[in-house]
Amino acid sequence: MSPARPTLAAAVADLVLAGPEARPGLGGVLACDVAPADWARSAAAMAANGGRLAALWIDPGAQPWRALALFANGGDYVLLQAELAEDPTRLPSLSPHFAAAERIERGLHDLLGLEFEGLVDRRRWVRHRAWGADEHPLRAAPVPPARVPADTDYAYAPIHGESVHQVQVGPIHAGIIEPGQFRFATVGEQALRLELRLGFVHRGVQAQAVGRNADGLLRLATRVSGDSAVAHAWAAAMALERAATTEPPARALALRALLLERERVANHLGDAGAIANDVGFSFAQMQFSALRERWQRSNAMLFGHRLLFDTLAPGGVRCDLDGEGMARLLRDHRELRESMTPLTDIVLDHPSLDDRLIGTGVLSAEDARQLGCIGYVGRASGQDVDLRRDAPHAPYDSLDVRVPLYAQGDVAARLRVRLDEIMVSLDLMDRLLASLPAGPVATTWEPPARGGAGLGLVEGWRGETIAWVSLDGSGRVTCYQPRDPSVMNWPALERLLPGNIVPDFPVCNKSINGSYAGHDL
Amino acid sequence: MLRILNRVARTGTLTEALDDTPLQSLGIAVRRRLDARFAGSLAIRHVDAGSCNGCELELHALGNPYHDLEQYGIRFVASPRHADALLVTGVVSRHMQAALLDAWQAMPAPKLVIAAGSCACDGGEFGCSYATVGAVDALLPVDVAIAGCPPTPVALLKGLLAALGREGRLTGRDRPR
Repeated sequence: MSPARPTLAAAVADLVLAGPEARPGLGGVLACDVAPADWARSAAAMAANGGRLAALWIDPGAQPWRALALFANGGDYVLLQAELAEDPTRLPSLSPHFAAAERIERGLHDLLGLEFEGLVDRRRWVRHRAWGADEHPLRAAPVPPARVPADTDYAYAPIHGESVHQVQVGPIHAGIIEPGQFRFATVGEQALRLELRLGFVHRGVQAQAVGRNADGLLRLATRVSGDSAVAHAWAAAMALERAATTEPPARALALRALLLERERVANHLGDAGAIANDVGFSFAQMQFSALRERWQRSNAMLFGHRLLFDTLAPGGVRCDLDGEGMARLLRDHRELRESMTPLTDIVLDHPSLDDRLIGTGVLSAEDARQLGCIGYVGRASGQDVDLRRDAPHAPYDSLDVRVPLYAQGDVAARLRVRLDEIMVSLDLMDRLLASLPAGPVATTWEPPARGGAGLGLVEGWRGETIAWVSLDGSGRVTCYQPRDPSVMNWPALERLLPGNIVPDFPVCNKSINGSYAGHDL
Repeated sequence: MLRILNRVARTGTLTEALDDTPLQSLGIAVRRRLDARFAGSLAIRHVDAGSCNGCELELHALGNPYHDLEQYGIRFVASPRHADALLVTGVVSRHMQAALLDAWQAMPAPKLVIAAGSCACDGGEFGCSYATVGAVDALLPVDVAIAGCPPTPVALLKGLLAALGREGRLTGRDRPR
């Protein structure tokens, strides 16, 4: 990672106890230690200097507990840390300065029992009814009842008014989709408001990680969100490697990038078809899903898994490419490019599709900025962020990544970003193959003798994907905190839906395509 | 319109041909059993009870032109009331326990329960914890377990075939564990 410009760190210069400084485990990210009392003030300074909140979490493996918040402005990344030494039960809320902090803090309260001072919305978020208000799973595992009742008394924000109806869907939706609950307030066919309720697929990922070794952690990271297996595994592997100051061989990093781009292409193909299908254009769904199937079959043949699960190892990758494999990939890229051109022509210039997609589900640039939206959701609403270009790690630091950007913020723009990114990825993969370094595909990963922590950042297909890993002296995980891009992008759905008709909700939702599993953890 | 027709004509039929590919022999077998037992159609209600969404991607792949699940008369339905089989993916999270039971109870008997994927079969990476009940088996009577993380579309098709071969179990149990 290239050294960050000091602008964000300079914003908190008069508040820091230590730093800003580069520290082991953080790559190029600068660390700033502040007192818990200055936590919110420091965040306010970040916000005033154009910083967005990228992640907010607590490391309960550290003694005392440590609060961490990652801020970014372009390629400038700063990690704010506060030791909760004197009072480990409270911390000032960042929600007055960052809208995204609200639900993250509600979730942290549920899991850790931390009180966030100044947090207005004190409803539970991750907690349903498997454990009580006074129980906090990351402090001590609760013993849930044999039959956990349905969460029927969640206090959705009330809405009043003549001819306002409320419609609730979920947690089980009508299709092959992950579970979550949506409460619509409608007037006639128009949506007045939408409120999300997530947490149904909370599997206790953070608690599951504690005590695992590096291999076990990567297996878990692969399954944080199955569609982002490579992104989460790479972020976790990067954190592990930085914590242990291990540098994977150049060939391994190039292969990881190849896998990450393959994951991006597969998901964008699937989404492009699904978006078209949600407005009844099944022709595109069939075409794109056929392309995706061919792509996945190559994954299975060359990398051993259709969705590239478990292809990464601490210190490298578990797969390699021979000349034949490379030739097959180059042929795949050529064929996909040839298929994409006529399909893109049809999809981007078809009156019935235009009618349904253009102007539907508009996320304004201001909303996207306020929420800290990233990935294709941000880039379709003018947020020009992409780690691969802004703060590139190897091998992206030697590749010039073109980042598609649109200002319209509608479903059509989110579709265009995906279609463009498929072509960009094909080009990147050709270049990766052309300069694939020789040598081993993995190096031995040794746990750091006195323990340590690392931060991993990867631009997955959905956007910036983050992992924080802390280890004890024997190489066992004491804290794993993944941050799926969906955490930042789910709230966008609530902002963009009002004013649209309820029947357009599925296509709006698909255009965001948040991961429920990646959010709920 | 012409562009679309041209594309359709150029694409041709991708659905794997009627020869010795494993998919086809499997498909034919599924078809025969469906004809015999379910008057030619099987309706499946899918519930993600705590999946990482990998299984869902492969369930979607069953519908692509290569596999074309509907050619066998198998289709996914929106309501459990219309379903012959409940296909569960994921480790059962505690927060989905009630919804999963509701879906199962809403299905008319006889009903099949299919656990798809390692998590649904044996708890996978997650097992039983404060957040998860564990395998589907811990909650519902499972007729067929389809292993794999996630199971491939061909494995899923094989699992469906196995489900249809479960004679004595077709009456289904009407009580959860």
